[in-house]
Amino acid sequence: MIWNRAKECMSREDMRLLQGKRLHKIVSHVYHNTPFYRAKMQQMGITPSDIVTIDDIVKLPFTTKQDLRDNYPYGLFAKPMSEIVRLHASSGTTGKPTVVGYTRRDIEIWSEMLARCFSAYGASKDDIFHVAYGYGLFTGGLGIHYGIEELGGTVIPVSSGNTAKQLQLLHDFGPTALCCTPSYALYLADAIEKSGIDKSEFKLKIGIFGAEPWTNAMRKEIERKLNIKAFDIYGLSEIMGPGVSYECSEQCGSHIVEDHFVPEIIDPITLEQLPYGDEGELVFTTVTKEGLPLIRYRTKDLTTLNEEPCKCGRTNVRMSKITGRSDDMLIIRGVNVFPSQVESVILEMEEVEPHYMLTINRINNLDVLTIEVEVSEEFFSDGITKMLELKKRISHRIQSVLGISADIKLVEPQSLERFEGKAKRVVDNRVL
Amino acid sequence: MKIKQLSIFLENKAGRINDMVNVLKDADINMMAFSLAESEEFGIMRIIVSDTERAVDTLKANKFTVSITEVICLKIDDSAGAMAAVLDCLTPNGIFIEYMYAFSQCSSAYVVLRPTDVDGCVEVLKKVDCKFISSFEE
Repeated sequence: MIWNRAKECMSREDMRLLQGKRLHKIVSHVYHNTPFYRAKMQQMGITPSDIVTIDDIVKLPFTTKQDLRDNYPYGLFAKPMSEIVRLHASSGTTGKPTVVGYTRRDIEIWSEMLARCFSAYGASKDDIFHVAYGYGLFTGGLGIHYGIEELGGTVIPVSSGNTAKQLQLLHDFGPTALCCTPSYALYLADAIEKSGIDKSEFKLKIGIFGAEPWTNAMRKEIERKLNIKAFDIYGLSEIMGPGVSYECSEQCGSHIVEDHFVPEIIDPITLEQLPYGDEGELVFTTVTKEGLPLIRYRTKDLTTLNEEPCKCGRTNVRMSKITGRSDDMLIIRGVNVFPSQVESVILEMEEVEPHYMLTINRINNLDVLTIEVEVSEEFFSDGITKMLELKKRISHRIQSVLGISADIKLVEPQSLERFEGKAKRVVDNRVL
Repeated sequence: MKIKQLSIFLENKAGRINDMVNVLKDADINMMAFSLAESEEFGIMRIIVSDTERAVDTLKANKFTVSITEVICLKIDDSAGAMAAVLDCLTPNGIFIEYMYAFSQCSSAYVVLRPTDVDGCVEVLKKVDCKFISSFEE
């Protein structure tokens, strides 16, 4: 089913007109309400009157995660806090999170676009959704939750963790849709298998998976093990959260909610806009967002856009699966991790050398991050207990900065590779 | 009274102990006693050698992480109750053992002790007339 036929099946020309109109409006809004954008535009010698059609978007400045960080926490908000009804945050690169704010209308728009997603997956108000995304600062849990309510479906707000409980509810409450990260879906599938409960006792038919990259091979495995149809959901908190794009029954790319988010592909080096079909960095301009409108926000995700009409009837542009990143961000168990965060922890501890290596493996369908650090000669202790204590201390610190746990491995000084040029401190063994 | 023990940090990697003992071999340094403490992913090799200073320099030159710890080495009877007699006089004096290792030969046993308070331990043991080993090169 198509939830919002008017917007999802709009002709390309009408969509461009709508985007142009909304772009002009949002640019005027940020020009008058966000000193950051006004300064940037003044520097470039442009005013809102220069932005008339969607093609004028290339005249506008880019926004990066660094800009959000520099204006932490609320500097880029375009509405007074009295209008902001919710905050979410994702982990940042330096310990400070990236904060996003939503007005009541933002939440309504977000919920409506998620209703579009769920409808595209074939779900309806007759479905019961088991939401195992984390509830809290992460946009996954609450975002999806409100979307299901908008659709009229039933939400089971389990949040993440406690697999035994998850299994019990999956079995007893009879949800028909499962929302979580794809790797957790596989983990649950294995747990179901181990529990010995007959698969026919579960009513699941749809999987809504996102927050981390996954392959088609993984999709097939999840579908086979859980006997469901698995769909990709894409999003990022800076833009809105999950639901910025979604697959349809054709599963031939993800439709972008274009009436709210104008996508562009740019060359991450020259920053030139690239034509549809070329691979490059995905950039979004939020043309209706009130709380935190972002102009040409660089997602750092690499993908291609496809404007061909889809067999499902939707005309909204489709993006291909994310093929990589133009920065060094890693997504581990659905959490954004920057190597620089690890570095900041390592550098503040004098018991270890400032050399480290990150290795990510997928073990039993869960991402495992291992951090090797060199023990400092000076602080090497003869006692095993002291060394294990040091390990524990690093581990706690990493957990509090990254938001995920890591295996800390103490290695001999001088044993990690030294780099003369650009250091390669990450080994990602996952097949994504 | 006290002797110097070397502690070497070793990753749990096949051949790492070989590497270490070969470095000592090439320098013609003999190990009198050793013990290997291990955890999940690293070990600490504790050794007592013929030439402590040279052993430290050689190991460091070969990029091993080494620290020197003072320990106490005792010669006791190789008979039932000999160890108990020693430990029984330490505990009431508030001396705890962090670790120890031992070997026996003929009718004697040699025990290497690493107490929480090395000097305090020496004092206590002196009073009970323990036989200290200050060097193995006798």
